[in-house]
Amino acid sequence: MVAGKVSSAREEILGRIRAAIESAPAPPAVEARAYRRSGALDREARVALFCERASEYSATVMRCAPAEVAGRIGEICAERGMAHLLVSALEDWNPQPVGVELLPDADLSVSELDSGAGVMTSCAVAIAETGTVVLDGGPGQGRRALTLVPDVHLCVVHVERIVELVPEAIARLTLSAREGRALTFISGPSATADIEFDRVEGVHGPRDLVLLVVDEAQP
Amino acid sequence: MTAIRPFPDAAREGLANPQLRANLARATGTIRDKRRTVVEETPDWEELREAGRAIKARTLAALDEHLLVLERAVESAGGQVWWARDAAEANEAVARIARGHGVTEIVKVKSLTTDELGLNEYLAGQGIDAVETDLAELILQLDGDWSSHILVPALHRNRHEIAELFRRTIDREVGDEPAALAEAARTYLRKKFLAARMGVSGANFLVAETGTAVVVESEGNGRMCTTLPAVLVTVAGIEKVVPRWDDLEVFLQHLPRSSTGERMNPYTSLWSGTRAGEGPSEFHLVLVDNGRTRVLADEVGRGALACIRCSACLNVCPVYERTGGHAYGSIYPGPIGAILTPQLVGIENAATLPYASSLCGACYEACPVKIDIPDILVHLRGRAVEAGTEPASERVAMRGLAHTFASRRAYESAQRLGRGALRLVPWARVGPLRAWGRARDLPSREPRTFRGWWRAR
Repeated sequence: MVAGKVSSAREEILGRIRAAIESAPAPPAVEARAYRRSGALDREARVALFCERASEYSATVMRCAPAEVAGRIGEICAERGMAHLLVSALEDWNPQPVGVELLPDADLSVSELDSGAGVMTSCAVAIAETGTVVLDGGPGQGRRALTLVPDVHLCVVHVERIVELVPEAIARLTLSAREGRALTFISGPSATADIEFDRVEGVHGPRDLVLLVVDEAQP
Repeated sequence: MTAIRPFPDAAREGLANPQLRANLARATGTIRDKRRTVVEETPDWEELREAGRAIKARTLAALDEHLLVLERAVESAGGQVWWARDAAEANEAVARIARGHGVTEIVKVKSLTTDELGLNEYLAGQGIDAVETDLAELILQLDGDWSSHILVPALHRNRHEIAELFRRTIDREVGDEPAALAEAARTYLRKKFLAARMGVSGANFLVAETGTAVVVESEGNGRMCTTLPAVLVTVAGIEKVVPRWDDLEVFLQHLPRSSTGERMNPYTSLWSGTRAGEGPSEFHLVLVDNGRTRVLADEVGRGALACIRCSACLNVCPVYERTGGHAYGSIYPGPIGAILTPQLVGIENAATLPYASSLCGACYEACPVKIDIPDILVHLRGRAVEAGTEPASERVAMRGLAHTFASRRAYESAQRLGRGALRLVPWARVGPLRAWGRARDLPSREPRTFRGWWRAR
């Protein structure tokens, strides 16, 4: 009875569509894409552009060499008075940061995620032109709630993850999308301009976004 | 479907409200400048516009096939797909899912489509509270008001009015500063997010081949509603489908630049179906027609279905900037509303909307998917006339004009009469032409006509 009604709606809508487009000329199967689909910047310029664009959203952006990562994470936490960082799994973080305890996400409840600790992740891709990091739940990233409920999100961005353009990021994420992974594009901390179009940083997502860019070429 | 209020009447309220006009001028001016900056720095903007137009045209030309691909992809990812011919079917689908889980409160992401359907009102009648979680939508919901701008729905309210409302409803102590008001909303909604068992969202895009739903937002309420509840229902118009994953590479550049004037909005969430240990354990997609196939059947008017709801056309429209959104009598204001609403509700119910434009063409220039809004406006004016909805005075005047232009003698004597009549100013300000004359200046009287001068030369 119920299913019959649903499927008759489906058939009727599809029928209306077919009647509506019957006389329409068939467009080409794939249109010309004359916009930029691959970047033109060299590595250093690409990384510099990412750092510049991400800081324009009032994210905190820092660059360091791989050997400095553990120490820098400790400094970032100390500045914020944080003794704990949530992570997806301990083995993703080696060497472990100095002076801060990592808490692995072992099916934590929402209220446990809301207990005041920050969260640390890596990212799948970062986009220089828009200052965006993209999480796809891969190693070092965890499930979406992990980066949503805490108020501080520290994202470690390895330079080889940075592409210049949005189409390059979409191309790199194709496999993730086909596998049905959930993706989150993050460009700065949460924000609203809903009252008199005055921008206010920090509504429901993490209000403090820290991007630590790790670069072998960094002196 | 009941007829919406004629635009000229409804516009008068906005025009007479100085607060609204100041907010409108400030907000549209600010967004226009921000948009211009991020569009001008994009060297391939015109190529992106053309690609966006072409993708939407290709999608609509085989919409049935893409929807079937989408349905298969969502179902094989563990989601369930519902089809709704109209608002009643869509609303009942959401209510049935809520009842099935014994849910009496749901959290909602801002969605124009569910506003169009009247979902919240329907659910309220079923004893289900739908809590709006976008800051502006929350403001409107707490006050029983409705949206006046696609992107900034509470544009017509100032901080003092909002603070007063919040003190009455959610936080007795809150001050007038936007930051304090946002904090009050955060505290109020956080409890609801963390406890919510069911979320409802719209979708900016639905990718057919991967079954991916996309929600583009700023505040993080969209992430909350689509991640934390165990049950997620996404309600979307059938025109939101795009065929391929890489089609997103165009729209994710267009939409933030055109709507908020940002290179990228703070948060974009993408998911398909359900995934163990990640987000909701149950996902429903409700695909809604509600008049869209009727729009699709109009060869000119179907262009309106390419709209990605960015609101760039509102911000550049000289009419919208002065009247505000409520004058358009529907959830879709501005130039896009003027072409979409009459088609969705029937031209006979919104016959004045295609006239709510000076046809200046700024909306077409701003549109990231190149919808030829002026062309569709003119087309719909034609349909309004065919439907016999134009005022009787206009019908008489147009018949007279046709007669006058048909013969040289009639034309020249009309010119003589007209020049004489200009002496009787202000004849166009009284009598049957007063509605026309009120908003126009009469030409000054020239000493002779061009034809007279040509003959005497």
